[in-house]
Amino acid sequence: MLRSRRLPEYNVRIDTDTCTVCKACVIQCTFDVFSYMKIENKISIDESKCVDCHRCMIYCPDKSISITPTPIQYRPNASWNKESIHNIMKQAESGGILLTSMGCDKPNYNYFDRLLINASQVTNPSIDPIREPMEVKTYLGRKPDKLTISDNNGDSIIETSESPQLLLETPIMFSAMSLGSVNINVQESLAMAAASSGTYQNIGEGGLHPRLKKYAKNLIVQVASGRYGVHKKYLDTGAAVEIKIGQGAKPGIGGHLPGEKITKEISEARRIPAGTDAISPAPQHDIYSIEDLSQLIHAIKEATEYSKPVIVKIAAVHNSAAIASGIARSGADIIAIDGMRASTGAAPLVMRDNVGIPIEMAIASVDTRLNQEGIRDKISIIAGGGIRSSSDAFKIIALGADACYISTVALIAMGCTVCQKCHTGKCPWGLTTMNPSISIRINPKMESKRVANLVRAWTLEIKDMLGGMGINSIESLRGNRHQLRGVGLSEQEMEILGVRPAGI
Amino acid sequence: MNTKSSISKFVVDAKNLATRELNEKIREAIRDGHKQIDIQNVSGQRYIAAGIQELIDIEIFGVPGNDLGVFMDGSKVVVHGNAQDATGNTMNSGEIIIHGDVGDITGMSARGGKIFIQKNAGYRTGVHLKEYQGLRPIIVIGGTAQDFLGEYMAGGVIIMLGLNLKGGIHNADYVGTGMHGGSIILSGDVRGIGREVEVQQLDQEDNRLVEHSVQEYSKHFGCKVDEILGSKFKKLKPVSTRPYGNLYSY
Ligand code: SF4
Ligand code: SF4
Repeated sequence: MLRSRRLPEYNVRIDTDTCTVCKACVIQCTFDVFSYMKIENKISIDESKCVDCHRCMIYCPDKSISITPTPIQYRPNASWNKESIHNIMKQAESGGILLTSMGCDKPNYNYFDRLLINASQVTNPSIDPIREPMEVKTYLGRKPDKLTISDNNGDSIIETSESPQLLLETPIMFSAMSLGSVNINVQESLAMAAASSGTYQNIGEGGLHPRLKKYAKNLIVQVASGRYGVHKKYLDTGAAVEIKIGQGAKPGIGGHLPGEKITKEISEARRIPAGTDAISPAPQHDIYSIEDLSQLIHAIKEATEYSKPVIVKIAAVHNSAAIASGIARSGADIIAIDGMRASTGAAPLVMRDNVGIPIEMAIASVDTRLNQEGIRDKISIIAGGGIRSSSDAFKIIALGADACYISTVALIAMGCTVCQKCHTGKCPWGLTTMNPSISIRINPKMESKRVANLVRAWTLEIKDMLGGMGINSIESLRGNRHQLRGVGLSEQEMEILGVRPAGI
Repeated sequence: MNTKSSISKFVVDAKNLATRELNEKIREAIRDGHKQIDIQNVSGQRYIAAGIQELIDIEIFGVPGNDLGVFMDGSKVVVHGNAQDATGNTMNSGEIIIHGDVGDITGMSARGGKIFIQKNAGYRTGVHLKEYQGLRPIIVIGGTAQDFLGEYMAGGVIIMLGLNLKGGIHNADYVGTGMHGGSIILSGDVRGIGREVEVQQLDQEDNRLVEHSVQEYSKHFGCKVDEILGSKFKKLKPVSTRPYGNLYSY
């Protein structure tokens, strides 16, 4: 590779007055910024490698480290900012596709912040969720069109056969993160949190680690284009099976886990030899149409004897509404839609930041379309990709989702500082790395508590917001767009979102 | 009532049965302990033997629909007729023997097991075959196959015998595109190969495998073993197990 002409992005300074040369930073920084110089008994710094993850600052016992953006900036220019200049330099040096991770970091595609929530005043009473019942339980799955009830000597018997459902104690679920994108300690933390919170963790495409088996009741297993680790027992394990067609961070493309990341542990879960690239083709080659999708759904249902719901996950793209309508008719029980701000362990930058549509638009248009066609009850909707807070979760349900998927939020709960370097495999917080000497930084017992705390806190906040608008059940919020108002939105945007402007 | 038996053949008549009804009947027979099942009058019903983990001998008379033996793990399925698309999809182990032709994506993503096709196969046969530890899928095609044979292959073996091939050239193009493991062994030429593969000579182990597979093929369908083994085989192997090693800039 050619020599880099990029300026360092961060200044890394150690206050020598307070530094005791304990070498904690040398151990903590996984990007090799620090090294210990024995003769001088001091720490030397290569700040060009710093990714601004803050691990060293937190773990420096003397609080002697400061990380700041470099004061040297390129000449201010609206078109040519630092990011665009650096990206061009990088590609000129390497000739490669720019790889990145986490979700889109550009401000332009957010609608949550331009939607406001209603509350009751005078004309209908608000509810105090601390003292009054407030239902946030959610059932995901196909609902029957009608119930046939027969009379058996005075006892009513429901004759309609029920479709399998997922019961959620709170409408917050953990989105697919495979073994390989995160390590087993992270997966186990999430599984424990899912179990204690009464929700589900999606284990992604990467097989099932034996340590997760005991959480099977709270796991969703995934079938994706690589079919890694997919076999009969795996399908039997999950509470639901998700067919992954696409993901919000990189719609339309496949992916691959580079050979150097296929450790023994991953090779066993994915059932592939260690050291070879694990390629997930762009399409699933048995799915070129809705009819084909229906076929895979039914193949899975036959193999699991119709005992569990099948989810179909798609990326939010321009014609999501029409696709969702097809999926609702294909026999799927649940559709998961992943918006363009969704996170990923690795994706081409150009895909992450340019392809797809925001989740708010996708959910609103899908909900509208399914209602118009009278098939909204045939399928439940999970929304993911860009949800950052309980209010985002609340708004997406009001726009039409039944529940939401979170992943970055859970990672942040476990330490992630969104440095966007997951694709390097060196995650300093021990999350998106397979290196056992770094992944031990995650202790599932401790980290699951943080994640469960977060889910609890959001659930309380959701109940508060529901009570504030005088609603006592999350069911009554779903698709209830009257409870939302838009600010700073064009008429057309509001029409698609199905909301009115603030003030009327 | 069905008498529980593991010796006598259990016969299912698939006539006028919907896919789900037929498969439920098959599962019921397995639950009742039957080890040999004949299915008569099959006409396009899908997912036959889906996810079956018991070791059962199934014989199908007629034309089964798509996804025959999907997720199957261990059984033996013999089809007296043609089979359609996605036969042996994501199969773990077992055997599927087809007395006729098959449609597209036969053996897609299979991780183990054997598929014998008496005549010809459609497009993308063996797409993303894998192998793992003791499991190695083998697909033997008696005749020819269409484009993208062995696409994305990560393991396993496809053997294509080219019986009755006109002009010595298979119609298949882009053979082994994206391949990064396993091997394709064939008699005759193809129209084109993927840039991820190269043509090699068979080594001793390959020769043994071909010999063994042709004998098995002959056992199923009958053929002139010596004549076939006398023809010239070549092997397609991936150039690298890391085809996308230097695509990215970090
Ligand atoms: S990469 Fe992280 S740990 Fe290393 S110096 Fe920068 S902020 Fe500190
Ligand atoms: S998971 Fe780790 S590497 Fe990825 S953004 Fe968070 S801290 Fe950085």
